[in-house]
Amino acid sequence: MRVRQVMVFVTAIGLLMSVPLVAHHSATTLYTQKTVTLKGIVKTWRWSNPHCLLTFDVKGEDGQVVQWLAETQAPNTVYTEGYRPNSFKPDDEITVTMRPAANGRPYGLLTQAVLADGTKLGSEEGARGRGAAAQ
Amino acid sequence: MRNRLWVVMVGLLSAALFPVDPFAQNRSTQTWPQPVPARAPIAEKDKKPAPRRSLVGMWGAIAGNRQATNQSSGVQLKPNNGRPENQLPYTPYGLQLYKSHKGLEGIDAVPQAETNDPRVRCEPLGVPRHNHYDLGIQIFQDEYKVAMLYQYDNRWRVIWTDGRPLPKLVDGGVEIDAEFRERRWFGYSVGKWVDDYTLEVQTVGTMPEDRVWLDNTGRPISDQLRITETFRRLDYDDLEWSETIEDPKVYTRPWQTMKMPLALQDPRTDIMTRYCSPVEIEAYNKAYGDPVSAK
Repeated sequence: MRVRQVMVFVTAIGLLMSVPLVAHHSATTLYTQKTVTLKGIVKTWRWSNPHCLLTFDVKGEDGQVVQWLAETQAPNTVYTEGYRPNSFKPDDEITVTMRPAANGRPYGLLTQAVLADGTKLGSEEGARGRGAAAQ
Repeated sequence: MRNRLWVVMVGLLSAALFPVDPFAQNRSTQTWPQPVPARAPIAEKDKKPAPRRSLVGMWGAIAGNRQATNQSSGVQLKPNNGRPENQLPYTPYGLQLYKSHKGLEGIDAVPQAETNDPRVRCEPLGVPRHNHYDLGIQIFQDEYKVAMLYQYDNRWRVIWTDGRPLPKLVDGGVEIDAEFRERRWFGYSVGKWVDDYTLEVQTVGTMPEDRVWLDNTGRPISDQLRITETFRRLDYDDLEWSETIEDPKVYTRPWQTMKMPLALQDPRTDIMTRYCSPVEIEAYNKAYGDPVSAK
């Protein structure tokens, strides 16, 4: 009985996590379902509505640098995930996990950012939920 | 025995003179609390009865239920996900209107560049859409009115509770004492306490179908809309907010859009602003929204 209760609870939490948060647009169609993790250097961090934007450079194995732009939700949503107006500054080293744009361009939905000191912002699970199909 | 009586008397006197306020421990707040509602759920044993005829307080989502207050995928009780149970009773005109709306959410969502959602142009959401977007409200009241302050875009609305009648809904606006009055983003609202813990609110005179939507998914409403809301104070910490809409131009019958549980939050919360700024929207679309949704 107890196991069943736990399973119901876990399922309920899973369902909660799979519902989009405040979405300016539907992540369902804009992004792929898979996530990628990239190491890069911060260029800019814009703390603004309707979504915050993080620009960072990623150097490929061929030496080419590609500039990526990743969005989060609005400041009042991502505040609870640890993000702040001064979370990133230019030249910070970061590791970014995101769902890339479905159109193949260097854009993505930021799911988690890890700073050089190990500080984690956001969560992979939470951001997977942001883009999941609507209930 | 006599000592025990004294203890009881002092206890009763203290309770009368110093009623319990869960936030009263620190009237002189020493710091700025987090700018987002973050109150933990109240244990059953700690729950207190609701005050009589009062909705005053800062109300936010129950912890863990934030997605419900955002209603990104359509109104809470009828998310726009194509499931049979969530089909709406459109009139032919209502269906035509829905098909003309290009929403960013729901089963018929379009890419950013194709939307005609008034919200993306920073138009006011009006009611009832303000009830369905990024909820978090603060309520103040006096003997004449209840004032609702909406977190999103820092909007406010007045519900009159002083006995005035609901205006008569007429073409293009409302009639009050035989005088024609204009339509409004938040309509004309009157409320009546149906018991000591339940306020029923009627609203008419809202904006027409080319200015406002019902929800993020582009469901329509018209200026013939009548909204019935019920605010039920379940106890000191819990409020249930229900809404039913009737709009014969768009829907063949009335239907319930939400039954939202809200929890009382720390009144000291200086909430983060979330304005819709046309400048910020334009900058966002140019930098991100347009390229990410390009084919």
